[in-house]
Amino acid sequence: MTPALSRRGATVGPAAAWRVSGVLVAAAALAVFPLWFTNGLVTTIAVDTMIFVGAASAWNIFSGYSGYISLGHAVFFGTGAYTVAIAARDWQLTGDAVFWLLPLAGAVAAAIAVPFGLLALRVRRHTFVVVTIAVFFIFQLMAYNFSFTAGSTGIIAPVLNWQPATYNNPFYYLALAIAAATTALSWLIRGSRFGLQLRAVRDDEDRAAGLGVRTRRVKLSAFVISGLITGVLGGLWFYFIGEALPQFAFDPLFDISVALMAFLGGIGTVAGPVLGALIIESAQQYLTTTVTNDYLSEILLGALFLAVILLLPRGVIPTAAEKLGSWQARRRAAPREVPAGAQPDGAGGTEASPAPAPGSAPESAPSGPPAPAGPPGPERRP
Amino acid sequence: MARQILEAIVDGILIGGVYALMAVGLTLIFGVLDIINIAQGILVVLGAYLSYALSVHLHVDLFAGLLVTVPAMFVIGVAIYAAFIRPLRGRERTSMSLLACYAVAIIIEGVLYWIFGPSTVSLTGSYVTAEIHVGWFYLPYIYLYGFVLAVALVVALYLLLYRTRFGGSVRATMQNQTAARLIGIDVNRVAALTFGIGVAVTAAGGMAYGATSGGFSPNSGYDLISRLLAIIILGGLGSIGGALAAAVFMMTLQSLVDIWYPNWAVAVFYAALVVVLTFRPDGLFGRPAARAQ
Repeated sequence: MTPALSRRGATVGPAAAWRVSGVLVAAAALAVFPLWFTNGLVTTIAVDTMIFVGAASAWNIFSGYSGYISLGHAVFFGTGAYTVAIAARDWQLTGDAVFWLLPLAGAVAAAIAVPFGLLALRVRRHTFVVVTIAVFFIFQLMAYNFSFTAGSTGIIAPVLNWQPATYNNPFYYLALAIAAATTALSWLIRGSRFGLQLRAVRDDEDRAAGLGVRTRRVKLSAFVISGLITGVLGGLWFYFIGEALPQFAFDPLFDISVALMAFLGGIGTVAGPVLGALIIESAQQYLTTTVTNDYLSEILLGALFLAVILLLPRGVIPTAAEKLGSWQARRRAAPREVPAGAQPDGAGGTEASPAPAPGSAPESAPSGPPAPAGPPGPERRP
Repeated sequence: MARQILEAIVDGILIGGVYALMAVGLTLIFGVLDIINIAQGILVVLGAYLSYALSVHLHVDLFAGLLVTVPAMFVIGVAIYAAFIRPLRGRERTSMSLLACYAVAIIIEGVLYWIFGPSTVSLTGSYVTAEIHVGWFYLPYIYLYGFVLAVALVVALYLLLYRTRFGGSVRATMQNQTAARLIGIDVNRVAALTFGIGVAVTAAGGMAYGATSGGFSPNSGYDLISRLLAIIILGGLGSIGGALAAAVFMMTLQSLVDIWYPNWAVAVFYAALVVVLTFRPDGLFGRPAARAQ
């Protein structure tokens, strides 16, 4: 996989420099976060948020790039949680050793993703969404009814003898590492041949197949990669929560949350799901802990979603990029005249930067319509 | 055993009628607007709570209450469409409408929790508990009345769709929106009214559901919507006859499995969907999907 950087000149420039430094600053801020905020309540929210950053990015690798909206990713999350729960119980693992089970969680989730994908990817659009929901409910029922999952009693996690003051920190760094790796993978995939094939499937699957894309293989690969990561995160989440229960390990809210995060930030972009997860999960956790009325917090959350959908119908990042692009185009239109279309479309394979340097981004085509001025968002069509 | 099987089949058909009514609303909305109204489940629960509030506080009979709740749900449906669905445009419209409907659903769920609390309630009336003797077994009257109500409303919908000018516009819009617009149909108006009608049937469906299901809570919406989705996909998205057949088939299958494996009865529901889609990706009665553009 060659990153876009080496193939396209567009990303090399001040905008790319800004982008790289922005990512580095964000990474540094996230790395020192638990040293700064030691309050257990805050770090708990942070761990939760990091798990969802990873999950939303993983969801986006499949659903964002291929356009197949999965509302069944909780299947992988729950499978990961139950895999480590059952393995730790039956092999009587305790202490830190249990973390070596996380790759197993990913492997089992990936093994389930293969038949799941072969079945579900036969259908498209709405039908695909509903098939993923149906498979999800079958898994939840299995967790309730099989004896090895202990039914509605659930499975308790092994006790971890860690200092209470820094108990959350290992979870935080592990979740952060997985989230960062997933985001990096998402970036690599987006610029790769594989990512282009996925996005070709999203834009027009029949035409992509006609042009020689092996659509089934490409879709299934993305589905398995996405499921594997989600499974690992499910395993981590199980230790963090300390218990695997059917209704929480296989939670319909998980399905819808990861999708909402990606949509809020900007589906099909690299940074979008990350931003969406940071906003939604922390807001949700904050609302749950501060608003004493559970129902009011639910109503507020729904109202927030509606406001976002109506005001930013394509997500924060594409909308912001478009606004910025048209602003730059307007600003540049006055001093000089450049034929529209002379510039390459978009800034290459990387995500839309929330804050490129004003006046330095290569993507603005002066006096053109706002459409070609932004980075290649999910709705870009020729 | 024969008696049990017969009873399960009769139960399945009668309950299937109620689910058919709710599913027809959903599939109609899909056919005209090309969106899946994921809030349909909670709207059914809302309809049930409206009937509940009327019968508990104002002592209105469940069936008489429909004269109030059906128009009320129609207005709610049109309002949801106008406020949240209609403004959505562009390529992400399908996915965004799914999320908008979900947001509406959690707001309604929160409001219901706030007003009615999380406890399970059920609709009561003289005919809910009274039973009729049918052959070998007893059947609560409400099963029969609910089925008759559902059939009457489905027939009314059929007449509306196939015997009126408005129905012609709706079917034209379902077939080809652009062509419908070209021949002078106000597609926006058709969409708003269809959404309203699709939601209005949840008032009747919710009443029948609340009286036959043995209890409901604000949380029941998830269970309902997942079954309704399975039904309309199995029947073929946008196919009204398919939704009717699939509802009766699914509910009968479920109540049959319930005799031997009560824990797995719901799983069979989804397993049947998965099996059918493996062989017929467009559902039992669906037309092959047009190339998505």
